[in-house]
Amino acid sequence: MSARWSVRALLVAIGIAVLGLFPLVFSNPTTTSIAEFTLIFMVAASAWNMFSGSSGYIALGHAVYFGCGAYALALLANHLGFAAGWGVFALVPVAGIVAGLIAIPTGLIALRARRHTFVVITIAFMFIFQLAASNLAFTGGTSGLQPPTPLWSVKAYNDNFYYVTAVVLVVTVTLAWLVRRSRFGLQLLAIRDDEERARGLGVRVARIKLTAYVLSAIPVGMVGGIYAYFLGQIFPQFAFDPLFDLSIALMAFIGGLGTLAGPLLGALVLEALQQYFTVQYGASQAYLIIYGALFLAVVLLLPRGVIPSAQELIERWRVRASAPGSEPEEPGRAGDVVKTAGVR
Amino acid sequence: MSALIEATGVCKSFGGLQALSDCSLSVTEGQIAGLIGPNGSGKTTLFNVMTGYERCNQGEIRLRGEPISRATPERVFALGVGRTFQITRLFFRLTVLENMLVATQRHEGWIRSAVRRAGSVAERGRALELLEFVGLDRLAHSPAGILSYGQRKLLELASLLVADPEVLLLDEPTAGVNPTLINQLTERIRELNRAGKTFLVVEHNMEFVMGLCQQVTVLHQGRTLVTGTPEEVRANPAVLDAYLGGADDDDL
Repeated sequence: MSARWSVRALLVAIGIAVLGLFPLVFSNPTTTSIAEFTLIFMVAASAWNMFSGSSGYIALGHAVYFGCGAYALALLANHLGFAAGWGVFALVPVAGIVAGLIAIPTGLIALRARRHTFVVITIAFMFIFQLAASNLAFTGGTSGLQPPTPLWSVKAYNDNFYYVTAVVLVVTVTLAWLVRRSRFGLQLLAIRDDEERARGLGVRVARIKLTAYVLSAIPVGMVGGIYAYFLGQIFPQFAFDPLFDLSIALMAFIGGLGTLAGPLLGALVLEALQQYFTVQYGASQAYLIIYGALFLAVVLLLPRGVIPSAQELIERWRVRASAPGSEPEEPGRAGDVVKTAGVR
Repeated sequence: MSALIEATGVCKSFGGLQALSDCSLSVTEGQIAGLIGPNGSGKTTLFNVMTGYERCNQGEIRLRGEPISRATPERVFALGVGRTFQITRLFFRLTVLENMLVATQRHEGWIRSAVRRAGSVAERGRALELLEFVGLDRLAHSPAGILSYGQRKLLELASLLVADPEVLLLDEPTAGVNPTLINQLTERIRELNRAGKTFLVVEHNMEFVMGLCQQVTVLHQGRTLVTGTPEEVRANPAVLDAYLGGADDDDL
Protein backbone atom coordinates (compact mmCIF):
# COMPACT_ATOMS: atom_id res chain seq x y z
CA MET A 1 0.00 0.00 0.00
CA SER A 2 2.68 2.50 1.00
CA ALA A 3 4.87 1.44 -1.92
CA ARG A 4 2.00 2.19 -4.25
CA TRP A 5 1.57 5.58 -2.60
CA SER A 6 5.22 6.51 -2.98
CA VAL A 7 5.12 5.48 -6.66
CA ARG A 8 2.11 7.73 -7.11
CA ALA A 9 3.76 10.63 -5.30
CA LEU A 10 6.82 10.20 -7.51
CA LEU A 11 4.69 10.23 -10.68
CA VAL A 12 2.88 13.38 -9.53
CA ALA A 13 6.20 15.10 -8.73
CA ILE A 14 7.60 14.16 -12.15
CA GLY A 15 4.40 15.40 -13.81
CA ILE A 16 4.55 18.77 -12.07
CA ALA A 17 8.27 19.13 -12.81
CA VAL A 18 7.74 18.40 -16.52
CA LEU A 19 4.79 20.80 -16.55
CA GLY A 20 6.88 23.56 -14.99
CA LEU A 21 10.09 23.04 -16.97
CA PHE A 22 8.64 22.35 -20.41
CA PRO A 23 8.74 25.93 -21.78
CA LEU A 24 12.27 26.41 -20.41
CA VAL A 25 13.55 23.38 -22.30
CA PHE A 26 11.47 23.76 -25.46
CA SER A 27 11.46 27.47 -26.19
CA ASN A 28 10.42 27.20 -29.85
CA PRO A 29 7.13 29.20 -30.13
CA THR A 30 5.58 26.54 -32.38
CA THR A 31 6.21 23.93 -29.69
CA THR A 32 4.93 26.09 -26.83
CA SER A 33 1.84 26.94 -28.85
CA ILE A 34 1.15 23.21 -29.32
CA ALA A 35 1.76 22.76 -25.58
CA GLU A 36 -0.72 25.53 -24.75
CA PHE A 37 -3.50 23.90 -26.80
CA THR A 38 -2.65 20.54 -25.27
CA LEU A 39 -2.98 21.96 -21.76
CA ILE A 40 -6.35 23.50 -22.63
CA PHE A 41 -7.59 20.10 -23.74
CA MET A 42 -6.09 18.33 -20.73
CA VAL A 43 -8.13 20.62 -18.47
CA ALA A 44 -11.30 20.15 -20.53
CA ALA A 45 -10.96 16.36 -20.74
CA SER A 46 -10.24 16.06 -17.00
CA ALA A 47 -13.21 18.24 -16.11
CA TRP A 48 -15.49 16.34 -18.49
CA ASN A 49 -14.33 13.05 -17.04
CA MET A 50 -15.10 14.29 -13.51
CA PHE A 51 -18.79 14.25 -14.49
CA SER A 52 -19.19 11.80 -17.38
CA GLY A 53 -16.47 9.35 -16.38
CA SER A 54 -17.77 9.06 -12.82
CA SER A 55 -21.52 9.13 -13.39
CA GLY A 56 -21.66 7.24 -16.70
CA TYR A 57 -23.73 10.05 -18.24
CA ILE A 58 -21.90 10.75 -21.49
CA ALA A 59 -22.30 14.49 -22.12
CA LEU A 60 -21.55 15.61 -25.66
CA GLY A 61 -22.30 19.29 -25.16
CA HIS A 62 -19.52 20.66 -22.98
CA ALA A 63 -18.60 22.96 -25.87
CA VAL A 64 -21.50 25.06 -24.56
CA TYR A 65 -19.47 25.86 -21.46
CA PHE A 66 -16.23 26.24 -23.40
CA GLY A 67 -17.93 28.75 -25.72
CA CYS A 68 -19.71 30.58 -22.92
CA GLY A 69 -16.41 30.95 -21.09
CA ALA A 70 -14.78 32.26 -24.26
CA TYR A 71 -17.54 34.77 -24.96
CA ALA A 72 -17.77 35.80 -21.30
CA LEU A 73 -14.08 36.69 -21.22
CA ALA A 74 -14.16 38.55 -24.54
CA LEU A 75 -17.34 40.48 -23.67
CA LEU A 76 -16.23 41.43 -20.17
CA ALA A 77 -12.71 42.43 -21.27
CA ASN A 78 -14.13 44.63 -24.05
CA HIS A 79 -16.99 46.21 -22.11
CA LEU A 80 -15.20 46.77 -18.83
CA GLY A 81 -12.27 48.31 -20.70
CA PHE A 82 -9.59 45.90 -19.53
CA ALA A 83 -6.15 46.82 -20.86
CA ALA A 84 -4.43 43.96 -22.65
CA GLY A 85 -2.00 42.24 -20.30
CA TRP A 86 -2.03 40.23 -17.11
CA GLY A 87 -5.18 41.93 -15.85
CA VAL A 88 -7.38 40.07 -18.33
CA PHE A 89 -6.38 36.76 -16.73
CA ALA A 90 -8.39 37.87 -13.69
CA LEU A 91 -11.45 37.27 -15.88
CA VAL A 92 -10.59 33.58 -16.33
CA PRO A 93 -12.26 32.50 -13.06
CA VAL A 94 -15.19 34.77 -13.96
CA ALA A 95 -15.50 32.90 -17.28
CA GLY A 96 -15.59 29.68 -15.26
CA ILE A 97 -18.34 31.00 -13.01
CA VAL A 98 -20.42 32.16 -16.00
CA ALA A 99 -20.08 28.68 -17.53
CA GLY A 100 -21.08 27.14 -14.20
CA LEU A 101 -24.15 29.36 -13.95
CA ILE A 102 -25.21 28.42 -17.48
CA ALA A 103 -24.68 24.75 -16.59
CA ILE A 104 -27.38 24.97 -13.90
CA PRO A 105 -30.48 25.38 -16.14
CA THR A 106 -29.02 23.35 -19.04
CA GLY A 107 -27.99 20.60 -16.64
CA LEU A 108 -31.38 20.60 -14.95
CA ILE A 109 -33.08 20.02 -18.29
CA ALA A 110 -30.61 17.50 -19.71
CA LEU A 111 -30.40 15.46 -16.49
CA ARG A 112 -34.11 14.79 -16.55
CA ALA A 113 -33.25 12.18 -19.17
CA ARG A 114 -30.89 9.22 -19.08
CA ARG A 115 -28.60 7.37 -21.45
CA HIS A 116 -29.09 8.11 -25.15
CA THR A 117 -31.73 10.75 -24.57
CA PHE A 118 -29.36 12.61 -22.28
CA VAL A 119 -26.63 12.51 -24.94
CA VAL A 120 -28.97 13.84 -27.61
CA ILE A 121 -30.18 16.69 -25.39
CA THR A 122 -26.63 17.79 -24.63
CA ILE A 123 -25.81 17.79 -28.36
CA ALA A 124 -28.95 19.84 -29.02
CA PHE A 125 -27.86 22.43 -26.45
CA MET A 126 -24.52 22.74 -28.21
CA PHE A 127 -26.20 23.60 -31.52
CA ILE A 128 -28.69 25.95 -29.87
CA PHE A 129 -25.84 27.93 -28.34
CA GLN A 130 -23.88 27.92 -31.60
CA LEU A 131 -26.89 29.25 -33.50
CA ALA A 132 -27.59 31.83 -30.82
CA ALA A 133 -24.00 33.07 -30.91
CA SER A 134 -24.17 33.39 -34.71
CA ASN A 135 -27.38 35.38 -34.62
CA LEU A 136 -27.33 37.59 -31.55
CA ALA A 137 -26.09 41.16 -31.71
CA PHE A 138 -24.04 41.25 -28.52
CA THR A 139 -21.97 38.23 -29.54
CA GLY A 140 -20.99 39.94 -32.79
CA GLY A 141 -22.83 37.42 -34.97
CA THR A 142 -20.76 35.32 -37.34
CA SER A 143 -17.84 37.77 -37.26
CA GLY A 144 -17.39 37.04 -33.55
CA LEU A 145 -15.50 39.09 -30.98
CA GLN A 146 -11.94 40.27 -30.54
CA PRO A 147 -10.68 40.49 -26.97
CA PRO A 148 -7.66 42.82 -26.46
CA THR A 149 -4.33 41.31 -27.53
CA PRO A 150 -1.38 41.78 -25.17
CA LEU A 151 1.78 43.24 -26.70
CA TRP A 152 4.23 40.65 -25.42
CA SER A 153 7.06 39.10 -27.38
CA VAL A 154 6.11 35.84 -29.07
CA LYS A 155 8.01 33.80 -26.49
CA ALA A 156 6.65 35.68 -23.46
CA TYR A 157 3.15 35.50 -24.96
CA ASN A 158 3.16 31.73 -25.22
CA ASP A 159 4.94 31.22 -21.90
CA ASN A 160 2.55 33.45 -19.94
CA PHE A 161 -0.47 31.67 -21.36
CA TYR A 162 1.19 28.33 -20.77
CA TYR A 163 1.77 28.96 -17.07
CA VAL A 164 -1.69 30.36 -16.45
CA THR A 165 -3.22 27.28 -18.08
CA ALA A 166 -0.85 25.02 -16.14
CA VAL A 167 -2.18 26.51 -12.89
CA VAL A 168 -5.76 25.87 -14.03
CA LEU A 169 -4.76 22.30 -14.89
CA VAL A 170 -3.25 21.66 -11.46
CA VAL A 171 -6.36 23.07 -9.78
CA THR A 172 -8.66 20.97 -11.98
CA VAL A 173 -6.79 17.72 -11.42
CA THR A 174 -6.65 18.39 -7.67
CA LEU A 175 -10.40 18.97 -7.68
CA ALA A 176 -10.96 15.77 -9.68
CA TRP A 177 -8.81 13.86 -7.19
CA LEU A 178 -10.69 15.29 -4.20
CA VAL A 179 -14.04 14.44 -5.78
CA ARG A 180 -12.91 10.93 -6.61
CA ARG A 181 -11.94 10.02 -3.04
CA SER A 182 -14.90 11.81 -1.47
CA ARG A 183 -18.29 10.53 -0.44
CA PHE A 184 -19.75 12.64 -3.23
CA GLY A 185 -17.51 10.85 -5.75
CA LEU A 186 -18.50 7.47 -4.36
CA GLN A 187 -22.16 8.38 -4.79
CA LEU A 188 -21.46 9.35 -8.42
CA LEU A 189 -19.87 5.95 -9.04
CA ALA A 190 -22.87 4.32 -7.39
CA ILE A 191 -25.13 6.21 -9.81
CA ARG A 192 -23.03 4.93 -12.71
CA ASP A 193 -23.44 1.32 -11.56
CA ASP A 194 -27.13 1.36 -10.56
CA GLU A 195 -28.97 4.64 -10.19
CA GLU A 196 -32.23 3.12 -8.93
CA ARG A 197 -30.52 1.23 -6.16
CA ALA A 198 -28.50 4.32 -5.23
CA ARG A 199 -31.81 6.12 -4.70
CA GLY A 200 -32.97 3.25 -2.50
CA LEU A 201 -29.88 3.81 -0.35
CA GLY A 202 -30.68 7.46 0.24
CA VAL A 203 -28.43 8.98 -2.44
CA ARG A 204 -30.09 12.19 -3.56
CA VAL A 205 -29.31 11.49 -7.19
CA ALA A 206 -30.75 14.62 -8.82
CA ARG A 207 -28.72 16.92 -6.61
CA ILE A 208 -25.53 14.86 -6.89
CA LYS A 209 -25.71 14.68 -10.68
CA LEU A 210 -26.37 18.40 -11.08
CA THR A 211 -23.55 19.34 -8.71
CA ALA A 212 -21.10 17.18 -10.64
CA TYR A 213 -22.33 18.56 -13.94
CA VAL A 214 -21.88 22.18 -12.85
CA LEU A 215 -18.54 21.38 -11.24
CA SER A 216 -17.31 19.90 -14.52
CA ALA A 217 -18.51 22.90 -16.55
CA ILE A 218 -16.48 25.44 -14.55
CA PRO A 219 -12.93 24.43 -15.60
CA VAL A 220 -14.16 24.00 -19.18
CA GLY A 221 -15.43 27.61 -19.08
CA MET A 222 -12.11 28.78 -17.66
CA VAL A 223 -10.05 27.25 -20.48
CA GLY A 224 -12.66 28.57 -22.93
CA GLY A 225 -11.80 32.06 -21.68
CA ILE A 226 -8.08 31.37 -21.96
CA TYR A 227 -8.60 30.03 -25.47
CA ALA A 228 -10.39 33.20 -26.58
CA TYR A 229 -7.71 35.43 -25.10
CA PHE A 230 -4.90 33.31 -26.53
CA LEU A 231 -6.28 33.39 -30.08
CA GLY A 232 -7.31 37.05 -29.85
CA GLN A 233 -10.60 36.31 -31.59
CA ILE A 234 -13.59 34.08 -31.15
CA PHE A 235 -16.15 32.83 -33.69
CA PRO A 236 -19.33 30.83 -33.05
CA GLN A 237 -18.12 27.78 -34.97
CA PHE A 238 -14.89 27.53 -32.97
CA ALA A 239 -16.38 28.41 -29.60
CA PHE A 240 -19.29 25.96 -29.94
CA ASP A 241 -17.60 23.20 -31.90
CA PRO A 242 -19.07 19.68 -32.07
CA LEU A 243 -15.53 18.38 -32.64
CA PHE A 244 -14.57 19.80 -29.25
CA ASP A 245 -17.24 17.60 -27.62
CA LEU A 246 -16.10 14.52 -29.46
CA SER A 247 -12.43 15.25 -28.81
CA ILE A 248 -12.64 15.54 -25.04
CA ALA A 249 -14.85 12.44 -24.83
CA LEU A 250 -12.43 10.52 -27.04
CA MET A 251 -9.45 11.64 -24.95
CA ALA A 252 -11.08 10.34 -21.78
CA PHE A 253 -12.13 7.08 -23.48
CA ILE A 254 -8.68 6.40 -24.88
CA GLY A 255 -6.89 7.17 -21.63
CA GLY A 256 -9.45 5.42 -19.44
CA LEU A 257 -12.93 6.63 -18.54
CA GLY A 258 -13.31 7.46 -14.88
CA THR A 259 -9.58 7.43 -14.08
CA LEU A 260 -7.61 10.50 -13.05
CA ALA A 261 -4.65 10.05 -15.39
CA GLY A 262 -6.66 8.73 -18.35
CA PRO A 263 -7.99 12.02 -19.76
CA LEU A 264 -4.60 13.67 -19.20
CA LEU A 265 -2.85 10.97 -21.18
CA GLY A 266 -5.56 10.97 -23.86
CA ALA A 267 -5.37 14.75 -24.29
CA LEU A 268 -1.58 14.69 -24.32
CA VAL A 269 -1.52 12.18 -27.16
CA LEU A 270 -4.50 13.33 -29.23
CA GLU A 271 -4.19 17.10 -29.00
CA ALA A 272 -0.41 17.12 -29.50
CA LEU A 273 -0.89 14.81 -32.47
CA GLN A 274 -3.61 17.00 -33.94
CA GLN A 275 -1.63 20.21 -33.51
CA TYR A 276 1.43 18.56 -35.00
CA PHE A 277 -0.55 17.44 -38.03
CA THR A 278 -2.03 20.91 -38.44
CA VAL A 279 1.44 22.48 -38.35
CA GLN A 280 2.93 19.88 -40.70
CA TYR A 281 0.16 19.47 -43.24
CA GLY A 282 -1.84 22.67 -42.96
CA ALA A 283 -5.26 23.12 -41.41
CA SER A 284 -6.70 20.03 -43.07
CA GLN A 285 -8.98 17.77 -41.10
CA ALA A 286 -6.87 14.72 -41.85
CA TYR A 287 -6.39 14.24 -38.12
CA LEU A 288 -10.01 13.12 -37.90
CA ILE A 289 -9.03 9.94 -39.76
CA ILE A 290 -6.33 9.28 -37.16
CA TYR A 291 -8.85 9.99 -34.38
CA GLY A 292 -11.26 7.46 -35.83
CA ALA A 293 -8.58 4.83 -36.29
CA LEU A 294 -7.24 5.32 -32.76
CA PHE A 295 -10.70 5.13 -31.30
CA LEU A 296 -11.42 1.89 -33.14
CA ALA A 297 -8.11 0.44 -32.01
CA VAL A 298 -8.80 1.32 -28.37
CA VAL A 299 -12.35 0.00 -28.43
CA LEU A 300 -11.23 -3.26 -30.00
CA LEU A 301 -7.99 -3.85 -28.11
CA LEU A 302 -8.25 -1.95 -24.81
CA PRO A 303 -11.99 -1.36 -24.30
CA ARG A 304 -11.50 0.12 -20.84
CA GLY A 305 -8.81 2.55 -21.98
CA VAL A 306 -5.04 2.59 -21.73
CA ILE A 307 -4.62 3.31 -18.01
CA PRO A 308 -6.90 0.58 -16.56
CA SER A 309 -5.53 -2.00 -19.01
CA ALA A 310 -1.96 -1.08 -18.10
CA GLN A 311 -2.79 -1.30 -14.39
CA GLU A 312 -4.25 -4.74 -14.88
CA LEU A 313 -1.16 -5.87 -16.79
CA ILE A 314 1.16 -4.64 -14.02
CA GLU A 315 -1.00 -6.34 -11.40
CA ARG A 316 -0.80 -9.60 -13.31
CA TRP A 317 2.99 -9.38 -13.60
CA ARG A 318 3.29 -8.75 -9.89
CA VAL A 319 1.19 -11.78 -9.00
CA ARG A 320 3.08 -13.95 -11.45
CA ALA A 321 6.41 -12.77 -10.07
CA SER A 322 5.42 -13.18 -6.42
CA ALA A 323 3.40 -16.42 -6.60
CA PRO A 324 6.12 -19.05 -7.25
CA GLY A 325 8.59 -17.52 -4.75
CA SER A 326 6.27 -17.39 -1.78
CA GLU A 327 4.64 -20.75 -2.37
CA PRO A 328 7.07 -22.96 -0.40
CA GLU A 329 6.87 -20.76 2.71
CA GLU A 330 3.17 -19.95 2.79
CA PRO A 331 1.34 -22.23 0.41
CA GLY A 332 -2.11 -21.17 1.64
CA ARG A 333 -1.58 -17.46 1.19
CA ALA A 334 0.08 -17.68 -2.19
CA GLY A 335 -2.80 -19.82 -3.40
CA ASP A 336 -5.22 -17.16 -2.22
CA VAL A 337 -3.43 -14.44 -4.13
CA VAL A 338 -3.51 -16.44 -7.33
CA LYS A 339 -7.16 -17.25 -6.87
CA THR A 340 -8.33 -13.67 -6.37
CA ALA A 341 -6.20 -12.51 -9.27
CA GLY A 342 -7.72 -15.15 -11.48
CA VAL A 343 -11.23 -14.09 -10.59
CA ARG A 344 -10.42 -10.47 -11.29
CA MET B 1 -48.75 -2.48 19.49
CA SER B 2 -49.01 0.34 16.97
CA ALA B 3 -48.33 -0.18 13.30
CA LEU B 4 -44.84 0.96 12.31
CA ILE B 5 -45.45 0.82 8.58
CA GLU B 6 -48.81 0.25 7.01
CA ALA B 7 -50.52 0.31 3.65
CA THR B 8 -54.25 1.00 3.54
CA GLY B 9 -56.51 0.52 0.54
CA VAL B 10 -53.67 0.71 -1.97
CA CYS B 11 -54.62 0.51 -5.66
CA LYS B 12 -52.11 0.51 -8.45
CA SER B 13 -52.69 -0.13 -12.12
CA PHE B 14 -50.32 -0.27 -15.05
CA GLY B 15 -52.46 0.67 -18.01
CA GLY B 16 -55.25 -1.91 -18.07
CA LEU B 17 -53.56 -4.22 -15.59
CA GLN B 18 -54.79 -3.85 -12.03
CA ALA B 19 -51.69 -4.88 -10.08
CA LEU B 20 -53.02 -3.93 -6.65
CA SER B 21 -56.63 -3.32 -5.73
CA ASP B 22 -57.59 -2.29 -2.24
CA CYS B 23 -54.59 -3.92 -0.70
CA SER B 24 -53.89 -3.39 3.00
CA LEU B 25 -51.02 -4.46 5.17
CA SER B 26 -49.72 -3.44 8.54
CA VAL B 27 -46.47 -4.31 10.28
CA THR B 28 -46.11 -3.83 14.01
CA GLU B 29 -42.90 -2.56 15.49
CA GLY B 30 -40.46 -5.33 16.35
CA GLN B 31 -42.24 -7.89 14.19
CA ILE B 32 -41.00 -10.16 11.44
CA ALA B 33 -43.88 -10.10 8.98
CA GLY B 34 -44.15 -12.25 5.89
CA LEU B 35 -45.80 -11.43 2.58
CA ILE B 36 -46.62 -14.39 0.37
CA GLY B 37 -48.73 -15.01 -2.67
CA PRO B 38 -48.62 -16.72 -6.07
CA ASN B 39 -46.50 -15.25 -8.86
CA GLY B 40 -47.95 -12.00 -10.18
CA SER B 41 -50.05 -11.37 -7.08
CA GLY B 42 -48.51 -7.93 -6.59
CA LYS B 43 -45.96 -8.49 -3.84
CA THR B 44 -43.11 -6.63 -5.50
CA THR B 45 -45.45 -3.88 -6.72
CA LEU B 46 -46.58 -3.37 -3.12
CA PHE B 47 -42.91 -3.12 -2.10
CA ASN B 48 -42.29 -0.58 -4.84
CA VAL B 49 -45.26 1.50 -3.72
CA MET B 50 -44.19 1.31 -0.09
CA THR B 51 -40.63 2.46 -0.83
CA GLY B 52 -41.45 5.31 -3.20
CA TYR B 53 -40.43 3.62 -6.47
CA GLU B 54 -44.03 3.67 -7.67
CA ARG B 55 -46.90 6.03 -6.88
CA CYS B 56 -50.16 4.36 -5.90
CA ASN B 57 -53.38 5.50 -7.62
CA GLN B 58 -55.36 5.28 -4.41
CA GLY B 59 -54.74 4.54 -0.80
CA GLU B 60 -52.06 5.55 1.63
CA ILE B 61 -48.72 4.37 2.96
CA ARG B 62 -47.92 5.47 6.50
CA LEU B 63 -44.76 5.25 8.54
CA ARG B 64 -45.45 5.80 12.24
CA GLY B 65 -48.74 7.37 11.16
CA GLU B 66 -47.07 9.88 8.80
CA PRO B 67 -48.11 9.53 5.14
CA ILE B 68 -45.15 8.68 2.87
CA SER B 69 -47.08 7.77 -0.31
CA ARG B 70 -45.61 10.74 -2.20
CA ALA B 71 -42.04 10.48 -0.90
CA THR B 72 -39.13 9.68 -3.23
CA PRO B 73 -37.09 6.48 -2.64
CA GLU B 74 -34.20 8.51 -1.20
CA ARG B 75 -36.58 10.20 1.26
CA VAL B 76 -38.19 6.91 2.29
CA PHE B 77 -34.76 5.48 3.01
CA ALA B 78 -33.75 8.54 5.01
CA LEU B 79 -36.91 8.07 7.10
CA GLY B 80 -35.72 4.60 8.07
CA VAL B 81 -37.14 2.12 5.56
CA GLY B 82 -34.55 0.01 3.76
CA ARG B 83 -35.28 -2.49 1.01
CA THR B 84 -33.55 -5.17 -1.02
CA PHE B 85 -34.51 -6.19 -4.54
CA GLN B 86 -35.85 -9.44 -5.92
CA ILE B 87 -33.06 -9.53 -8.47
CA THR B 88 -30.09 -8.51 -6.39
CA ARG B 89 -28.74 -5.09 -7.18
CA LEU B 90 -25.25 -4.08 -6.20
CA PHE B 91 -22.69 -1.60 -7.47
CA PHE B 92 -20.72 -4.25 -9.29
CA ARG B 93 -17.69 -2.18 -10.19
CA LEU B 94 -17.21 -0.85 -6.67
CA THR B 95 -15.50 -2.91 -3.99
CA VAL B 96 -17.52 -4.67 -1.30
CA LEU B 97 -16.47 -2.05 1.26
CA GLU B 98 -17.36 0.83 -1.09
CA ASN B 99 -20.77 -0.76 -1.58
CA MET B 100 -21.22 -0.54 2.17
CA LEU B 101 -20.19 3.11 2.33
CA VAL B 102 -22.74 4.36 -0.22
CA ALA B 103 -25.55 4.25 2.31
CA THR B 104 -23.78 6.15 5.09
CA GLN B 105 -26.26 8.84 6.03
CA ARG B 106 -24.04 11.74 6.83
CA HIS B 107 -25.65 15.13 6.75
CA GLU B 108 -23.28 17.77 5.49
CA GLY B 109 -23.07 20.58 2.97
CA TRP B 110 -22.36 20.10 -0.71
CA ILE B 111 -18.82 21.38 -0.64
CA ARG B 112 -17.91 19.43 2.46
CA SER B 113 -19.27 16.22 0.99
CA ALA B 114 -17.34 16.85 -2.24
CA VAL B 115 -14.06 17.34 -0.43
CA ARG B 116 -14.19 15.05 2.56
CA ARG B 117 -13.09 11.48 2.20
CA ALA B 118 -15.74 8.81 1.63
CA GLY B 119 -16.26 7.02 4.91
CA SER B 120 -14.74 8.37 8.10
CA VAL B 121 -12.68 6.00 10.25
CA ALA B 122 -15.78 5.28 12.34
CA GLU B 123 -17.94 4.63 9.27
CA ARG B 124 -15.36 2.28 7.77
CA GLY B 125 -15.02 0.47 11.07
CA ARG B 126 -18.77 0.05 11.32
CA ALA B 127 -18.96 -1.15 7.70
CA LEU B 128 -16.26 -3.77 8.35
CA GLU B 129 -18.08 -4.88 11.50
CA LEU B 130 -21.27 -5.41 9.50
CA LEU B 131 -19.34 -7.28 6.81
CA GLU B 132 -18.03 -9.56 9.52
CA PHE B 133 -21.61 -9.97 10.75
CA VAL B 134 -22.63 -11.42 7.36
CA GLY B 135 -19.30 -13.19 6.87
CA LEU B 136 -17.94 -11.10 4.01
CA ASP B 137 -15.14 -9.24 5.79
CA ARG B 138 -12.48 -11.25 3.97
CA LEU B 139 -13.75 -9.93 0.64
CA ALA B 140 -13.95 -6.26 1.69
CA HIS B 141 -11.53 -5.05 -0.98
CA SER B 142 -12.68 -7.28 -3.83
CA PRO B 143 -15.00 -5.91 -6.51
CA ALA B 144 -18.63 -6.73 -5.69
CA GLY B 145 -18.99 -8.28 -9.16
CA ILE B 146 -17.02 -11.39 -8.13
CA LEU B 147 -19.37 -12.36 -5.30
CA SER B 148 -21.53 -15.45 -5.60
CA TYR B 149 -25.30 -15.07 -5.76
CA GLY B 150 -25.82 -15.83 -2.09
CA GLN B 151 -23.01 -13.52 -1.04
CA ARG B 152 -24.61 -10.76 -3.08
CA LYS B 153 -27.84 -11.18 -1.15
CA LEU B 154 -25.93 -10.92 2.12
CA LEU B 155 -24.03 -7.84 0.95
CA GLU B 156 -27.25 -6.19 -0.16
CA LEU B 157 -28.70 -6.72 3.32
CA ALA B 158 -25.52 -5.57 5.05
CA SER B 159 -25.29 -2.41 2.94
CA LEU B 160 -28.73 -1.37 4.21
CA LEU B 161 -27.71 -1.93 7.82
CA VAL B 162 -25.01 0.75 7.53
CA ALA B 163 -27.73 3.38 7.72
CA ASP B 164 -29.42 1.63 10.64
CA PRO B 165 -32.98 1.61 9.21
CA GLU B 166 -35.91 0.74 11.48
CA VAL B 167 -37.79 -1.37 8.95
CA LEU B 168 -36.22 -3.72 6.42
CA LEU B 169 -38.23 -4.84 3.41
CA LEU B 170 -36.61 -7.93 1.92
CA ASP B 171 -37.76 -9.08 -1.52
CA GLU B 172 -37.16 -12.85 -1.82
CA PRO B 173 -33.98 -13.01 0.25
CA THR B 174 -33.61 -16.78 -0.17
CA ALA B 175 -34.27 -17.16 -3.90
CA GLY B 176 -31.34 -18.99 -5.45
CA VAL B 177 -29.42 -19.21 -2.19
CA ASN B 178 -28.06 -22.54 -0.92
CA PRO B 179 -29.51 -24.04 2.31
CA THR B 180 -26.43 -23.29 4.45
CA LEU B 181 -26.55 -19.62 3.51
CA ILE B 182 -30.33 -19.59 4.08
CA ASN B 183 -29.73 -20.80 7.63
CA GLN B 184 -27.13 -18.11 8.10
CA LEU B 185 -29.52 -15.50 6.73
CA THR B 186 -32.31 -16.68 9.05
CA GLU B 187 -29.96 -16.43 12.00
CA ARG B 188 -28.93 -12.89 11.02
CA ILE B 189 -32.53 -11.76 10.59
CA ARG B 190 -33.47 -13.19 14.00
CA GLU B 191 -30.48 -11.53 15.60
CA LEU B 192 -31.33 -8.16 14.06
CA ASN B 193 -34.95 -8.59 15.09
CA ARG B 194 -33.89 -9.22 18.68
CA ALA B 195 -31.91 -5.97 18.44
CA GLY B 196 -35.18 -4.20 17.58
CA LYS B 197 -35.38 -4.20 13.80
CA THR B 198 -38.72 -4.74 12.10
CA PHE B 199 -38.91 -6.90 8.97
CA LEU B 200 -41.28 -7.43 6.11
CA VAL B 201 -40.20 -10.36 3.97
CA VAL B 202 -41.54 -11.43 0.58
CA GLU B 203 -40.86 -15.11 0.05
CA HIS B 204 -41.77 -18.20 -1.93
CA ASN B 205 -39.85 -20.46 0.41
CA MET B 206 -42.70 -21.57 2.73
CA GLU B 207 -40.46 -23.32 5.20
CA PHE B 208 -38.46 -20.12 5.62
CA VAL B 209 -41.55 -17.91 6.00
CA MET B 210 -43.43 -20.21 8.35
CA GLY B 211 -40.37 -20.71 10.51
CA LEU B 212 -39.35 -17.10 10.72
CA CYS B 213 -42.42 -14.88 10.58
CA GLN B 214 -44.78 -14.01 13.41
CA GLN B 215 -47.44 -12.72 11.05
CA VAL B 216 -48.09 -13.67 7.45
CA THR B 217 -50.15 -11.80 4.86
CA VAL B 218 -51.31 -13.52 1.70
CA LEU B 219 -51.80 -11.53 -1.49
CA HIS B 220 -53.87 -12.88 -4.32
CA GLN B 221 -54.52 -10.99 -7.56
CA GLY B 222 -53.62 -7.69 -5.96
CA ARG B 223 -55.86 -8.15 -2.92
CA THR B 224 -55.06 -9.00 0.64
CA LEU B 225 -56.55 -12.44 1.08
CA VAL B 226 -55.82 -13.06 4.74
CA THR B 227 -53.50 -11.95 7.52
CA GLY B 228 -52.68 -14.07 10.53
CA THR B 229 -50.16 -16.27 12.28
CA PRO B 230 -48.42 -18.91 10.15
CA GLU B 231 -50.72 -21.62 11.58
CA GLU B 232 -53.88 -19.67 10.75
CA VAL B 233 -52.69 -18.97 7.25
CA ARG B 234 -51.68 -22.57 6.66
CA ALA B 235 -55.12 -23.78 7.73
CA ASN B 236 -57.08 -21.19 5.75
CA PRO B 237 -58.94 -22.79 2.81
CA ALA B 238 -58.87 -19.55 0.75
CA VAL B 239 -55.07 -19.66 0.79
CA LEU B 240 -55.04 -23.23 -0.47
CA ASP B 241 -57.39 -22.21 -3.25
CA ALA B 242 -55.20 -19.31 -4.24
CA TYR B 243 -52.12 -21.50 -4.42
CA LEU B 244 -53.63 -24.70 -5.78
CA GLY B 245 -56.42 -23.40 -8.01
CA GLY B 246 -60.17 -22.78 -7.59
CA ALA B 247 -62.50 -24.89 -5.42
CA ASP B 248 -64.17 -26.39 -8.49
CA ASP B 249 -60.93 -28.03 -9.56
CA ASP B 250 -60.76 -29.88 -6.27
CA ASP B 251 -63.46 -32.29 -7.44
CA LEU B 252 -61.44 -33.47 -10.40
